[in-house]
Amino acid sequence: MTAVTAAPPKTAVSALSVENVSHAYGERIALDEVSFHVAPSSFTVLLGLNGAGKSTLFSVITHLYASRSGVVRIFGCDVARKSGAALALLGVVFQQRTLDPDLSVAQNLAYHGALHGIGPRETRVRQAAQLARVGLADRAGDKVRYLSGGQMRRVEIARALLHWPRMLLLDEPTAGLDIKARAGLLEVVRGLIADEGIGVLWATHLVDEIRDDDHVVVLHKGRVLADDSSRSIVLAADASSIGEAFTRLTGPGREEADW
Amino acid sequence: MSEAAFARERPFGWPQRLICLYGIVWRESLRFLHQRERFISALVRPLVWLFIFAAGFRQTLGVSIMPPYDTYVLYEVYITPGLMAMIQLFNGMQSSLSMVYDREMGSMRMLLVSPAPRWFLLTSKLIAGVAVSILQVYAFLVVAYFWEIEPPTWWGYLTVLPALALSGLMLGALGMLLSSLIKQLENFAGVMNFVIFPMFFASSALYPLWRVQQGSPWLATVCRLNPFTYSVELIRFAFYGQVNWLALGVVAGCTAAFLGAAIIAYDPARGMLMRRGG
Repeated sequence: MTAVTAAPPKTAVSALSVENVSHAYGERIALDEVSFHVAPSSFTVLLGLNGAGKSTLFSVITHLYASRSGVVRIFGCDVARKSGAALALLGVVFQQRTLDPDLSVAQNLAYHGALHGIGPRETRVRQAAQLARVGLADRAGDKVRYLSGGQMRRVEIARALLHWPRMLLLDEPTAGLDIKARAGLLEVVRGLIADEGIGVLWATHLVDEIRDDDHVVVLHKGRVLADDSSRSIVLAADASSIGEAFTRLTGPGREEADW
Repeated sequence: MSEAAFARERPFGWPQRLICLYGIVWRESLRFLHQRERFISALVRPLVWLFIFAAGFRQTLGVSIMPPYDTYVLYEVYITPGLMAMIQLFNGMQSSLSMVYDREMGSMRMLLVSPAPRWFLLTSKLIAGVAVSILQVYAFLVVAYFWEIEPPTWWGYLTVLPALALSGLMLGALGMLLSSLIKQLENFAGVMNFVIFPMFFASSALYPLWRVQQGSPWLATVCRLNPFTYSVELIRFAFYGQVNWLALGVVAGCTAAFLGAAIIAYDPARGMLMRRGG
């Protein structure tokens, strides 16, 4: 794009706002009055163990199904009521691998482009830029099957950015990757915030992916136990690291945040 | 960057939906071409019926004059429309099998995060499956032609096309409805046995209804209640350049009912998806 405007307009609207979302499968409560916000141009970590409710929350945010109560908004668009507008602003990297292994990288991206109403020619232009961003510009013609796990994740990120979302959701994107691939992936995603002003929600259970100034939401057994900067959470829990703080918050006998 | 601003203002109207539909059909066709085993088994299955079953039974089962046939026909000729419908039945169930598989693999979720309305996405997915099933039927007809099974005029190959499209939609919609109700891949095998085989055998695909009536009036009633019977008859008449209005009505009605139920089942607020968690 040649038209370079100044920084994105500063508004009070959150990139993602989750307000009092509750959900249950039958008797089992998966989400209990979950609320938090992700600001534009910020990196927010959704920290929780397996079974904390992260996947349910992602299903609700991506409108796979509606929550029993509460509202999810993406830049002010209610996901349940204006799902089309909300989903157009959202890029998602699912925990499961969702690329077709038998198709090429370019074909996978073309399919995604079509799902977002972007024609083949326009997709080709955009795909070059996005693949270059994740360092895979020369792999467009390769079958996905021949990529490494880390490269597949990068393709999924390029794909999630193809329709120029303003909010990016990643569900345990580093699962199954080695240290180097993990670091590379984090670098790419953190770069997006600086370059594009995208809001990022990064779900993980790995505390070493968190920086001091990241916004952290601790989800445990369907409830938000902490919602602050990593530094503040560590201070408040009287811990020496976010890992220790997380253990204290979620440890036995500490079902609720009582601070 | 102003890219994001453009994205926000970009509407998702019919031009975008058409691109979306085209992309879904294109991907399904590509995947089909990559799965050669699926194509070959889709072709071999009806041919086994035609070459072995029908050839063996041609002496025992003669088919007398009945519409749309105006002469006695060989048994192979009689069961050909049934086999065309069988291809579509298997394909409809298989593409919904792939939906169960897709959902487990996450690409169903990929599909459903498109900004297009969900009914549109599901219908597009259905149309993609129907396109693949029609390709399979024509491949079968090419082989059948060399076995001297052909419509009375070449027009039959054209007039059967709308019948195939509608019957493919009905069977695909049924498969989609089932896929929304099935929890795991394993359960699907059971449904294949409880859906595909009864639907195929308790229909007019293999024997004319009047013959079934002679043998077992009870079974004939079951056949008359089976929507698959009307798929077969719709195709049978269309192959001969005729319209079976009853079959057309039943197939159109069932298509609407199955598709409507599938869309409700996949609806985010009311649907079955949330019951199994995720």
